[in-house]
Amino acid sequence: MLTYTIRRLLIAIPTLLFISLIIFLVVTLAPSDPTANLPLSIPSEVRAQIRESLGLNEPLLVRYLLWLRQFFVYEPLHILDQAFGWSLATDDMQRILSWQTRSPVADLIVQRMPQTLWVVGTSYIIGVLIALPIGIVSAYRQYSWFDQVGTFVSMAGFSVPTFFTGVLLIVIFSVQLGWFPSIYDTTHEVTDLASFWVQVKQMIMPVAVLALYNAAQISRFMRASMLDNLNQDYVRTARAKGLSEQVVVLVHVLRNSMIPVVTVIALGVPTVFGGAIITEQVFKVNGIGQLLIIAIQGGDVPTVQTLTFIFAVLIVLFNLVADVLYGLLDPRIRYD
Amino acid sequence: MKLRHALLGAAATLAFAPAAMAERGSDGQVNIIYWQAPSTMNPYLSGGTKDLEAASLVLEPLARYDQDGNMVPWLAETIPTVENGGVTEDLTSITWKLKPGLKWADGSPVTSADVKFSWEYCTAEGGGCAQSEKYNDVVDVETPDELTVIVRFGVAKPFPYGPFVGAQAPVIQAAQFAECLGAKAPECTDANFKPQGTGPFTVVDFRPNDVIQLEANPNYRDPEKPAFASVLFKGGGDATAAGRSVLETSEFDYAWNLQLAPDVLANMVSAGNGKIVSGFGTLVERILINMTDPSPELGDRRSTVDTPHPFLTDMAVRQALSMAIDRELLVEIGYGDAGRPTCNVLPAPEIYKSTANDGCLVQDIERAKALLDEAGWVPGPDGVRAKDGVRLSLLYQTSTNAVRQDFQALIKQWWEEIGVETELRNIDASVFFGGDPGSPDTFQKFYADVEMYANNFDGTDPESYMANWLCKEIPSPETQWQGNNINRYCSEAYDALVAEMAVTGALEERAELAKAMNDMLMQEYVILPLVDRGRVSAHSNTLGGVVLNTWDSELWNVADWYRIE
Repeated sequence: MLTYTIRRLLIAIPTLLFISLIIFLVVTLAPSDPTANLPLSIPSEVRAQIRESLGLNEPLLVRYLLWLRQFFVYEPLHILDQAFGWSLATDDMQRILSWQTRSPVADLIVQRMPQTLWVVGTSYIIGVLIALPIGIVSAYRQYSWFDQVGTFVSMAGFSVPTFFTGVLLIVIFSVQLGWFPSIYDTTHEVTDLASFWVQVKQMIMPVAVLALYNAAQISRFMRASMLDNLNQDYVRTARAKGLSEQVVVLVHVLRNSMIPVVTVIALGVPTVFGGAIITEQVFKVNGIGQLLIIAIQGGDVPTVQTLTFIFAVLIVLFNLVADVLYGLLDPRIRYD
Repeated sequence: MKLRHALLGAAATLAFAPAAMAERGSDGQVNIIYWQAPSTMNPYLSGGTKDLEAASLVLEPLARYDQDGNMVPWLAETIPTVENGGVTEDLTSITWKLKPGLKWADGSPVTSADVKFSWEYCTAEGGGCAQSEKYNDVVDVETPDELTVIVRFGVAKPFPYGPFVGAQAPVIQAAQFAECLGAKAPECTDANFKPQGTGPFTVVDFRPNDVIQLEANPNYRDPEKPAFASVLFKGGGDATAAGRSVLETSEFDYAWNLQLAPDVLANMVSAGNGKIVSGFGTLVERILINMTDPSPELGDRRSTVDTPHPFLTDMAVRQALSMAIDRELLVEIGYGDAGRPTCNVLPAPEIYKSTANDGCLVQDIERAKALLDEAGWVPGPDGVRAKDGVRLSLLYQTSTNAVRQDFQALIKQWWEEIGVETELRNIDASVFFGGDPGSPDTFQKFYADVEMYANNFDGTDPESYMANWLCKEIPSPETQWQGNNINRYCSEAYDALVAEMAVTGALEERAELAKAMNDMLMQEYVILPLVDRGRVSAHSNTLGGVVLNTWDSELWNVADWYRIE
């Protein structure tokens, strides 16, 4: 298993380099302009100077190689410096700067991570916690009213877009009832029980919207996987041995059914770090997703490129994690 | 703007300052929401309106514009003019006097060296300063003593109020930005996010594209202001959500630039928590007529002056296109109170506003048809007019935006009624307004027969704006499609007027010239102005002192804001 993991990690290096090149080309060759959002009262000569100061006049290859060096050499050095107070990075090691804010992209990501993890992460956990029991019961009582309701809710959660459910919740709970704030306060700090309650209140709506969506997906997987196993011979054997239904379902069937579901859950983890573009916009959570969409709109190539590449790394990593988990959970699967 | 009355205006502003005087910081926190989030607090590194306005809480210019477009001294004692000796007779230098005793938020004194440094900062090589146009023709800035700044221009400047005036060109602290000149500018993240300022507030925490926390500047020049102890400046989301947070849920006190459908806004106001404030500046939504031929067959000469347009060079056609438009209806559908129909590309300030073209306000389909008939354009079997084998068939492009697409649909209908076939196209704003010379879809390349967008100018002086339509400003492949004369209009008479304005100092004469230029463009129908677009913002009923200003930052008088109990 260890050699397999190492081999996979080594293969990941050329894969990621290739991905970074593709991302760079797609982002750079797309027809957008970092000065497009400026007021038209700024004359074109000034715009040309701005573009030049951003390094847009350099050849493509130079820009790509510079970015690679910044990402793999300069940034880690700067981050180590910040973390341990060292001084590995010299002054000429320019960090990856966002074109919009002219500040290091890494700082922006660090700043955005907490609210994204709080909101999107919580919603993922809650989504999973809701989805598993629903999936199990739905499968065990297939075609019962519970299964029908569960199917309906997950279909609705899956197909109603978050920009609709989000705004609907705001109109009901913020505008009509006045229970929750419609705008997320990223500066809020949790220090005691009262401020924790404030945090909970501002998280309820975005978390609910996202949890519904996540739960809808995962509960369908859980249900399908349970159904596959419920009709297997070993289940009949277990029942024939006189085991209680509880033991049959929750020990024998569930453990076997969890194997594919765990990998699905693991594969979904990178999306937590990727943030939720629409939901973050709707509730003004201003996390990673909002950072990405603003950067795309503003033609901020370094930010878009760095973020998407980090997503790519996470996806490759969690694919590996899912494969390893699969091997650990299912003794029949051996990679060596 | 009446320069000679600037002093009077300043005195009046002081006299009418709000009566509700509180002590500094007594009114708690004010929450402001901008649905476009500020990216930096350094206006020299970003030309975006959102960034300029956020920065105006902290950074201030020597003089700025009030809500009527009059110039008022801000860090300067008075507005220098030729009459008071502040501007030399030959119009090549202007002498500003700083108010005595000004301090930066850190307690150090504001001196003329800071003012001079601000010029050096913006004009440093490789800095990509977004406001460098404000410092055009400045050859030197002299500082004979701590409070005196003399700006010298290389040419006669009838309007010498570019440098250090308005939210675009504030004074920054020399000590803080000394190491940040030129290419090093973006590396000074700390200075760019937390600039030392003279304004009523100072930055505590800046989170780019998200939120800014500010507190009252302890060294602000008026010891009783600002009334608010802190500001929470949130960014992001959309205009609807921003309006809702002020007018419906009262989470915020002030929401900026609510470009919403009139009925949506009215609905929000009916909740009774706040009110709408609106004002008009110089922003005009217009249709530009391409005087050159955009046909793809012309290869790289398409939309260049070598290839005149097959039918839009006929004035009768252009005039008919204008007559067919019902501007009142466009306003009603797209803007409501935030717009008014206009027949001028230069709609304000008042002294520059021409009344010679107001006939365009009335839609007249029949006359438009008659005009085309007279000019020999006769309807073909498909209803589309033609002459000598040339069909009146247009491609009409604009940026992607709900209101613009509504306008396109309406105008297409009117134009087809008079026998002009119209094909519509919309392009994402980041591409359309992007300056990428490799893209065929930019507004500068103008690979269409007509296109629509809005434009305005900073401040109140239209000289450089009217100079947009000089022959030499026409974009072409030779200039990498840079240039401001987007519709490729070229007239010797017009160029002469621009040249005359550049050497005319007297305000009344300048106004006459600007009006003459406006009328020329309007009466030749090379630009079809549609809507004079106003600014609409909202504030809660508990926020007092708001005076909406379309000539400067909307937050220009935030020091005077206070809480109404």
